[in-house]
Amino acid sequence: MGRRPTRDRRPLSARDKKEERAGFAFLSPWLVGLFVITIGPMAASLYLSFTDYSFLDSPEWIGLENYQRLFSDTRFHQAIGVTFRYVIVSVPLQLVVALLVAIVLDRGIRGLALYRSAFYLPSLIGGSVAIAILWRQIFGADGLVNWALALIGIEGRSWIANPDTALGTLIVLNVWTFGAPMIIFLAGLRQIPAMYYEAAGVDGAGVLRRFWNVTVPILTPIIFFNLILQLIGAFQAFTQAFIISGGSGAPSDSTLFYTLYLYMEGFGNFSMGYASAMAWVLVVIIGAFTLINFIASKYWVFYDD
Amino acid sequence: MTRISRHPVRRGLKHVVLIAAALVMLYPVIWMLVSSLRPDEAIFRGEFFSLSDLSFDNYRDGWNALRHPFGHYVINSVIITGGAIIGNLVSCSMVAYAFARLKFRGNKVFFAIMLMTIMLPVHVLLVPQYVLFSALDWINTPLPLIVPKLLATDAFFVFLMVQFIRGIPRELDEAATIDGAGPLRVFVKIILPLTVPALATTAIFTFIWTWNDFLGPLIFLTDSDAYTVQLALRSFIDASGGGGGSSWGSLFAMSTVSLLPIFLVFLVGQRYLVRGIATTGGR
Repeated sequence: MGRRPTRDRRPLSARDKKEERAGFAFLSPWLVGLFVITIGPMAASLYLSFTDYSFLDSPEWIGLENYQRLFSDTRFHQAIGVTFRYVIVSVPLQLVVALLVAIVLDRGIRGLALYRSAFYLPSLIGGSVAIAILWRQIFGADGLVNWALALIGIEGRSWIANPDTALGTLIVLNVWTFGAPMIIFLAGLRQIPAMYYEAAGVDGAGVLRRFWNVTVPILTPIIFFNLILQLIGAFQAFTQAFIISGGSGAPSDSTLFYTLYLYMEGFGNFSMGYASAMAWVLVVIIGAFTLINFIASKYWVFYDD
Repeated sequence: MTRISRHPVRRGLKHVVLIAAALVMLYPVIWMLVSSLRPDEAIFRGEFFSLSDLSFDNYRDGWNALRHPFGHYVINSVIITGGAIIGNLVSCSMVAYAFARLKFRGNKVFFAIMLMTIMLPVHVLLVPQYVLFSALDWINTPLPLIVPKLLATDAFFVFLMVQFIRGIPRELDEAATIDGAGPLRVFVKIILPLTVPALATTAIFTFIWTWNDFLGPLIFLTDSDAYTVQLALRSFIDASGGGGGSSWGSLFAMSTVSLLPIFLVFLVGQRYLVRGIATTGGR
């Protein structure tokens, strides 16, 4: 820190000093926020994670006890399992759908704007309580899905109340919001020069070959970008599981997302020390996942510069 | 078939598939809108829609089903959302200007830290923030949901605006500086007017994310007087015993009310949404 990115190292001129003061003045809201809203609370929660703290009593230092408890807490293991299944299934599925739809929409299809809007809208409302309520109905015992199944003679049961399928309904909901990554893919596709396709066409490559050998390699930086973004988001999913399970992770903890369990412990039981330990483990998990992806990206993401 | 005659057919087929896919995707939402205008019996007998059973009864019932009329919660949401929008517009544009244009010690380091905070899960901050805001006596006021925005904690928007300001030709600021304008004047007279598209994108995304936010209000607003629309809807489910058959209609009606502002913003601001998301990502 402290080294100025200028070419010469002369002492600051009066004008530079003025600019430096202005720089910090404009930066000041963020600096205050960084310390008061972000770094301060981070440090506090790190400290609290080593304490027994119920909000009403003052925190009591218990060393690593909270972290040890995480190792033996079967409900926590369930929450990790549910969250990983959700992330690992829904994120790739969502990105594949987003990419396929983007490719179909690419290259001047008539009515592009209309289709784009239709496919994009769900990602704006997918996080709302209203849509979670709607999902409860759709996948409920006399919901829309079973009504549609009855038309073709299949008798369904409640998909929400069944521990085997409840998580699936949340995965469907996440895939349903593929519009945001789709828009990013569309922007990326537009950057691909038409001559690449023409060259591949002259070489006699079919649609599939062109997709694999031209489109996908060029898009890998954007696929990577979308992947990181959606992974981070999916690990933190909360609202939909909260509403659909009535705030409990029901049925049989099958929708007990990591963040939901964290909330229940921290703000339901007021085990705030334990919840803080959980939050820090989440930071480590997300950090590790992001890091692994950055390392792995060297082998499959192509930057053409 | 020859290549030439096959083409229009294939193109037509593509549209058929796309229209079908769009309908399947949007059908649940459309169905909810229609159901909110029909009596419960009609929704669940699986009858086909007829104009004769259209009514606004569900809206009247739903509006008055909770402790306060639903408008009370709408006002709470509007206050929080409005405050968040103003906060983000003012703070993020200032900070982005500093990062994009002004030379000061540590610029690059701070910028890297700012980018890292985008990835930080908010859950690690919630407990201490709750402790802090209770100590300040801010629980059940809009302040915990507005003040952080005034401090540019939505780093995503800072990043979006930094990218945007970097695209503005530097010659414009330099000309103004030669004419004797200081950083503040350059910011207000040159940068801000040219940043309007990025400001619009920020305003719209802040609106949608704050309006839909559930976790923040759930933690900081515990008294039903202070509930936002999202919290009110949630207590609606609890009140009606898990959304049991008898009240789906009014639940759908209030759900529709909660989505209407999003639909409106989507219609008006689509251009900025698509552009913002295409340049930097986001949800």
